[in-house]
Amino acid sequence: MNLGLATQTLNTTHEQRTTNCGYGKNMNEMTMQKSLKKPGNKTQASAGRTAAVKLTEHIVEIISDSGEGAQKCGQSLGAIAAQMGNGIWTTEIIPAEIRPPARSVAGASGNRIRIGSGTITNGGDETDLVVAFNEQVLLGRVRAKELKPGCIILLESMWRSHAEPKIAASYIETYDRVVAAGYKVYEIPMEQECRTLVADAKRGKNMFALGMLCHLYSLELKLAVDQIVLAFGKKDQSVVDANIKLLEGGHKWAEANLDFCYSIPATRATEPQIVVNGNTALALGVLASGMEICAMYPITPATSASHYLSEVFENVGGMVHQAEDEIAACAFAIGASYASKCTVTITSGPGYSLKQEAIGLAVMGEIPLVVVNVQRGGPSTGQPTKMEQGDLMTAIFGSHGDAPKVVMAPGTIEECFYSIITARKIAETFNMVVVVLTDAGLATSQQPFPRPKFSDTWMAPPVDQSPVPEGAKPYDWDETTGLARRFIPGQPGGMHTLTGLAHDRDSHVAYDAEINEQTLRFRSLKLAALQKTLKAPPVFGDPKGDLLVVGWGSTKGAIEEAVEAMRAEGHKVSSMHLQFLQPLPPGIKEIMQGFKNVMTIESNWSDRPEDKIIDESNRRYSSVAILLRSRYLVDVDCWSEVRGEPIKPGTIRRVMMQKLKK
Amino acid sequence: MNMISATECLLQMCDEHFELEDYQSGVPRWCTGCGDNAILAAVQRLCRDEGLRPEKTVFVSGIGCSSRFPHYMKTYGFHGIHGRALPVAEGVKMARPDLTVFVNTGDGDCCSIGAAHWIHAIRYNMNITVFLHDNQIYGLTKKQASPTSPIGTKSNTTPRGSYLEALNPLTVTLGVQNVSFVAQAADWIPEVLFDIVKAAYHHKGLSFVRIIQRCPEWLPKSLDPWLHDPQKVQLLNHENGLQLSAGLSRVYKNQLQHDPSNIHRAREIASSTDIIPVGILYRNPDVPCYEDLRASDKLRTPDLTRAGLNAELDKYTVWPQGAEQKVA
Repeated sequence: MNLGLATQTLNTTHEQRTTNCGYGKNMNEMTMQKSLKKPGNKTQASAGRTAAVKLTEHIVEIISDSGEGAQKCGQSLGAIAAQMGNGIWTTEIIPAEIRPPARSVAGASGNRIRIGSGTITNGGDETDLVVAFNEQVLLGRVRAKELKPGCIILLESMWRSHAEPKIAASYIETYDRVVAAGYKVYEIPMEQECRTLVADAKRGKNMFALGMLCHLYSLELKLAVDQIVLAFGKKDQSVVDANIKLLEGGHKWAEANLDFCYSIPATRATEPQIVVNGNTALALGVLASGMEICAMYPITPATSASHYLSEVFENVGGMVHQAEDEIAACAFAIGASYASKCTVTITSGPGYSLKQEAIGLAVMGEIPLVVVNVQRGGPSTGQPTKMEQGDLMTAIFGSHGDAPKVVMAPGTIEECFYSIITARKIAETFNMVVVVLTDAGLATSQQPFPRPKFSDTWMAPPVDQSPVPEGAKPYDWDETTGLARRFIPGQPGGMHTLTGLAHDRDSHVAYDAEINEQTLRFRSLKLAALQKTLKAPPVFGDPKGDLLVVGWGSTKGAIEEAVEAMRAEGHKVSSMHLQFLQPLPPGIKEIMQGFKNVMTIESNWSDRPEDKIIDESNRRYSSVAILLRSRYLVDVDCWSEVRGEPIKPGTIRRVMMQKLKK
Repeated sequence: MNMISATECLLQMCDEHFELEDYQSGVPRWCTGCGDNAILAAVQRLCRDEGLRPEKTVFVSGIGCSSRFPHYMKTYGFHGIHGRALPVAEGVKMARPDLTVFVNTGDGDCCSIGAAHWIHAIRYNMNITVFLHDNQIYGLTKKQASPTSPIGTKSNTTPRGSYLEALNPLTVTLGVQNVSFVAQAADWIPEVLFDIVKAAYHHKGLSFVRIIQRCPEWLPKSLDPWLHDPQKVQLLNHENGLQLSAGLSRVYKNQLQHDPSNIHRAREIASSTDIIPVGILYRNPDVPCYEDLRASDKLRTPDLTRAGLNAELDKYTVWPQGAEQKVA
């Protein structure tokens, strides 16, 4: 058995990327006035076009009530910028409800796009420019402290003269407060302008906004037209035409009426790139991995992966089974895996908990299984649409009894794709459960990555139906590795009853103490056998220094960006990102020994040392800090934030600075 | 799947003669007089008579006395977790429609902890034969009332008698959309039990067979009224259902002509609990099977996967300037 095979895919994707840091520069580079160009002065505007201010990066938000299309506008903007060759990272802004009340602070729905000259690996810090369809959703973003002080706000002005005096008053009050707070607010008569172009102005406002943004960021309008054709191509031509009209209208209006615009120089990649979010990348990974069945039950934020898979899986001979509940989805996947190839089930936290008993069965029966957990805020229903890394411990130690399974966590959108292929291989090589932990942050973010080139080796070999040699046993564990060849129904001579009860090499129920301990040992040894094939995680930065930050999962881009910025300022900091959490790869202790201090940065709860009753005897550490402390006996500190939002690189810099000062 | 030559195939066909021993594995550890033994005998006989290839046959079970069943078959078996036999079996059947799949489940396993799966298994109507071993008590955990325990059943959790009317698995099953085969057997009438097991096996779709069985350990006398009075058992016969032998008819005189295609009548008959109906209550061979509805007409080959993946990637690709928008 080739133990090296499991990690091949991973290592090819570990291409290190440099991040582009442009902290604080952007705002200084801008020279702007608050006022609009005077309407009627259009001749002047088009004659002397405002010179574009060059930026290295900018963060743009488009926010509206649910259903007004801000999501689509943002996604399109990201796609266009990516087409131009910019680095992008898009993040969805999602209200918890499908249709929250209109004009409500909690109802902000939209998209946040970080556009840069170089590669962008995370959502970045605060927003530089906002397009808001009403003042309430804007207020939501202000209160969430998501906007950079003094940032530009393009605000729909129709509410100022709204027939409902309360609404008009609310608008004016918010407008005044936001202006007083130092934000540069441009009131834009979006609805009014759209009405001159189409009958139903409310529906097309997002494309008008997209047109404005294309002008403001000097993006090619033709690429935006292509996006519209792609998005609405299936619908009536009149829909496409109306949207293009709005797009061009917005572009023209901005050109004539706004006194600033930017360009973010871009270099088109030399290799084809694909732009998808983490859930689509997971689904594409399932497609590419050769797995044939995905069994699932709807749960946020995992479901969109299954939506997409439902659309495309059948084209390659696969199927998505929507089971009656999470337990059934897992049991169905286990049944399919047992009788055929490795199968996948996709869920989020609460669904993962429900699957735990069945996962234990797969561990006991040594049935290959891939379980994807797109983590969300917990416990219980928690924050279904928000990002959190709270399920690591339950993934590693969950189920019941000693249930060793592999846990891996992709750190980028690209790794979401490859991790599924790797997970399938490990599951089938070791006859183990492999849990892939992503989170709501990765699930809904988009980032370009090199277009995967399909390899036959990604796929599972055909199901073994050859006769089993005389005398072969269904659990003939190898003394060193704990591995055993799996017998699959249909194989003559391999008949046995797989059982969740303790069993011997013949799969006969065994209550014998000796056999029980032996089999626990074999199942555990498989993890060690896998660990022997893993490489030490790469260190980002120098291998020696004052501080090593350890992270896992979706925080990778933000941590590395922060580390790079700190290093540019002369600080001796590095980071290490773990893709395998169980088993932990070799070499970690040696890496940690190169640093004076080690701390983890994670998005799961850890007690705050400054709290009155928290001290070393009771402080609960973050998940990976617990793992590292217990395994390596190193005094690993931790810092964590559980705000439901991705941790910002600026925040990580502050945390590292503080740690260095101590 | 392994390919075999036509000659080998013919040789295999000639060779395909099985004895009961080909399906027997170990000595069942059920109590003497337990109804599970009767079910095992009927099923092993079915396998032999039908010449089921042991390697192509899978028995899936949950947890409970009944769920030990696969251990006593020399076929493939899957003894899983409590209540989840049906979804496991569905996964097996979806991935491998070429396998013959049976499910053994008990009244606690199916009608209590696994009730959600039971309802949905009927809807999926996969080509699986389900035996509900209904002894009206939890046996393996030592005598607790189950959903099918008659009201007043004294057990370790209901020492003053159970409080609720028993759930009727037949009426529940017959009430679910897509139901395609429902039958009831009794462990003490082996001839009819076998005929029903055989009819269930031959039905394409989910065959649900409730077998009323004795538990000599925990409820030794509960079925005595029916055992001692054949009149309390009503045998269903019909040209499209079971045909009863003369010998049987001499003992069981209470017989009813029932056309198994009549679901309304089936529901009426199923409601009877004082008189136990035994036979095929309902059969509809025209309900589509989920595995057929969802089966792919495509083989998941590397070439198909490459083409499918590239077609999807094309939708999301940003091409370098001037690049040919095609990949090899």
